[in-house]
Amino acid sequence: METNEIIKPENLVVGRTSVLKECPMHYCPGCTHGVVHKLIAEVVEELGIQDATIGVCPVGCSVFMYNYMDVDMVEAAHGRAPAVATAISRLNPDKYVFTYQGDGDMASIGCAEIMHACNRGENIVVVFINNAIYGMTGGQMAPTTLLGQITATTPYGREPKLHGYPLQITELIAQLPGTCYVTRQSADTPAAIRKTKAALKKAFQNTRRGAGTSYVEVVGTCASGWKLSPEEANNWMRTNMFDKYPLGDLKDI
Amino acid sequence: MTEEILIAGFGGQGVLSMGKILAYAGIMKDKEVSWMPSYGPEMRGGTANVTVILSDEKISSPILNKFDTVIVLNQQSMDKFESSVKSGGCLLYDPNGITIFPTRRDINIYRIEATRLAAESGNPKVFNMIVLGAYVKAKQVVDSENVQLALEKSLPERYHKLIPLNMQAFSNGMEYLEGEFVL
Amino acid sequence: MAEIALMKGNEVVAEAAIRYGCDGYFGYPITPQSEIMETLMLRKPWEETGMVVLQAESELASINMVYGGASSGKRVMTSSSSPGISLMQEGLTYMAAAELPCLVVNVMRGGPGLGTIGPSQGDYFQAVKGGGHGDYNMIVLAPASVQEMNDFVGLGFDLAFKYRTPVMMLVDGIVGQMMEKVTLGDFKPRWTNEQIEQNAPWALRGKKSGEPAKYITSCFLDLSQLEGVNERLQAKYKVMKEQEVRFVNNSCDDADIVIVAYGSVARICRKVAQLAREEGIKVGVLRPITLFPFPTVELQRLAAMGKKFISVELSAGQMVEDVRLAVGNDVQFYGRTGGIVPTPEEILEQIKKMV
Repeated sequence: METNEIIKPENLVVGRTSVLKECPMHYCPGCTHGVVHKLIAEVVEELGIQDATIGVCPVGCSVFMYNYMDVDMVEAAHGRAPAVATAISRLNPDKYVFTYQGDGDMASIGCAEIMHACNRGENIVVVFINNAIYGMTGGQMAPTTLLGQITATTPYGREPKLHGYPLQITELIAQLPGTCYVTRQSADTPAAIRKTKAALKKAFQNTRRGAGTSYVEVVGTCASGWKLSPEEANNWMRTNMFDKYPLGDLKDI
Repeated sequence: MTEEILIAGFGGQGVLSMGKILAYAGIMKDKEVSWMPSYGPEMRGGTANVTVILSDEKISSPILNKFDTVIVLNQQSMDKFESSVKSGGCLLYDPNGITIFPTRRDINIYRIEATRLAAESGNPKVFNMIVLGAYVKAKQVVDSENVQLALEKSLPERYHKLIPLNMQAFSNGMEYLEGEFVL
Repeated sequence: MAEIALMKGNEVVAEAAIRYGCDGYFGYPITPQSEIMETLMLRKPWEETGMVVLQAESELASINMVYGGASSGKRVMTSSSSPGISLMQEGLTYMAAAELPCLVVNVMRGGPGLGTIGPSQGDYFQAVKGGGHGDYNMIVLAPASVQEMNDFVGLGFDLAFKYRTPVMMLVDGIVGQMMEKVTLGDFKPRWTNEQIEQNAPWALRGKKSGEPAKYITSCFLDLSQLEGVNERLQAKYKVMKEQEVRFVNNSCDDADIVIVAYGSVARICRKVAQLAREEGIKVGVLRPITLFPFPTVELQRLAAMGKKFISVELSAGQMVEDVRLAVGNDVQFYGRTGGIVPTPEEILEQIKKMV
């Protein structure tokens, strides 16, 4: 087929989901956010719940997620997305409510809100992007930063006596009786992306069941913050992060 | 008519609920009412007191330091509040545990042996209703029918079977009020 | 026939919320206002009206739950006391910026710091001058009786939605803790989905086909866009100042001395005025009901009549600054702090010094 023929709409095999707005994202090359945004949008489209979904954005690089997702969204204060989502869900039990947070937002300043929302078993989907660094503010230490990892505020590497230990918050969350599904995935290969999408789909379907909180961690990269190329970042993640943050389901009821 | 009352005693004597029943009785008599407890740190262990105001007009200050009537139910309250009775006003007390007796001679002083009467009745919990009966006998700001209605209104249905017992205590209080020094 | 009850100010807030069709309450216990959530939990309104009542893990969470509920167009509220309200300032500035309506009840206690549980009016500045960061105001209602605590729940929700703004009911611990006769409101049903669409067309209700998705945010990185938001907020506050000022003028017009006081202090001062007039001193009480917007114009009218002013507060002198802004620096002040309430006689002494 000629190129002109190929680009005709009727020959389209795979395209952009309509739940993603047609505008370029501001994320850096190699960033995991764009991929996970797209996966959530695809899941919302496939489940046919675009008109019933309300999302809660964090403070962090994905603060403008509402510019990309074509679903109703509210921007929460730093760390408070699970509290915001709690009320939206309780007051609108017919809606699919999800939060989207990074490691600084959820595991540091918002630690109390996420623990208690999950412990109450709020009927929401929690999406947690863990790239072990603060991206938006310029690469400072996050609670999930690995020991020895260099960041703007751990210029000599994270040292436990000075900075404490990496927080395995997902392992803590999995112990809470309010959660029904807790999983850790990545988005660095086509296979991993497919698994992450399946996890997100299961999480949104759980909302329909009203079974409790569904929690999907995606271990991601921050090429800019880590000061690596996108490819190096993926390699660094696989070599260093998967040890501390092993992939797979922690809980699935 | 405005009647400003302070009731002071130990926590557990039913001071606050007595004030509440009196306030409710005031509503039954179509009065404006306010009920203001001391709720500061002294709330935990120790003294409890409540200001109740019954009036034919809108009540202004719920906080007062002079009262038409002061009801004292322990020595601490006697020490603290004897001086708070307005000249010509009324002091009502239970002599149980009182060792330093009131000395003012510009006020009416009544006593009610409520602790003894309650113990003799076999139900110490009706103590505050005995005191309330004595007070209503002394000041007649509300009637016993108002008190009966107040109990019906303020108590949950499941406690309504206790109303006759409480009204009996109330009548005892009216009956055994003693004038110690009456102007 | 209207239902009459004997209730605490705190209790009646709970009852009024249920009766006014409030959708959700989110709170965290703190003395002296815990009776609000306790009463709600006892009343179980979720069985009666579907109202959600939730004990949150902190005041931070409560106010952000309120933010979430409001973003979906629901009539939601929280309550707390001074230290808890300090924690909520983050949420309140976000709500002011995102133009979300809510009702926040602050039953003030003595500060600063952990302070004491005794009554206070020490949060005046925080309530009327914004409180959190940035240029914003809230409508601040100051009830002086249990009846007004009842009435201002409905008024608060109405104003919150009319102006898309947080409304604070600023109460001292006295009014919260005292019981009075109160006429309860009639039961109003909660808003239906259709009513929410009508009353809050901006709310997140799920994307409608053919319409763009909606979002609610307080983040405007573009400088001129943020200035536009600020101009819109200021225009809104100007309308409030013109249309929403509420006060009670208690015999000020024939008085020589006007006491400016709000909340329970205004009632104590009415007693003072009575005692003063018995001694031949003509005293009136001007009680602001709205602390923001402030009754500046009424004060200026009285000032033009040549009256003397004194502001009496349970604080070290906060509202007096707004009185001075209205009528000039020649305003006396008397206040007690630490949870101590002045007696009528004590205030009368101050008045006599002004004669």
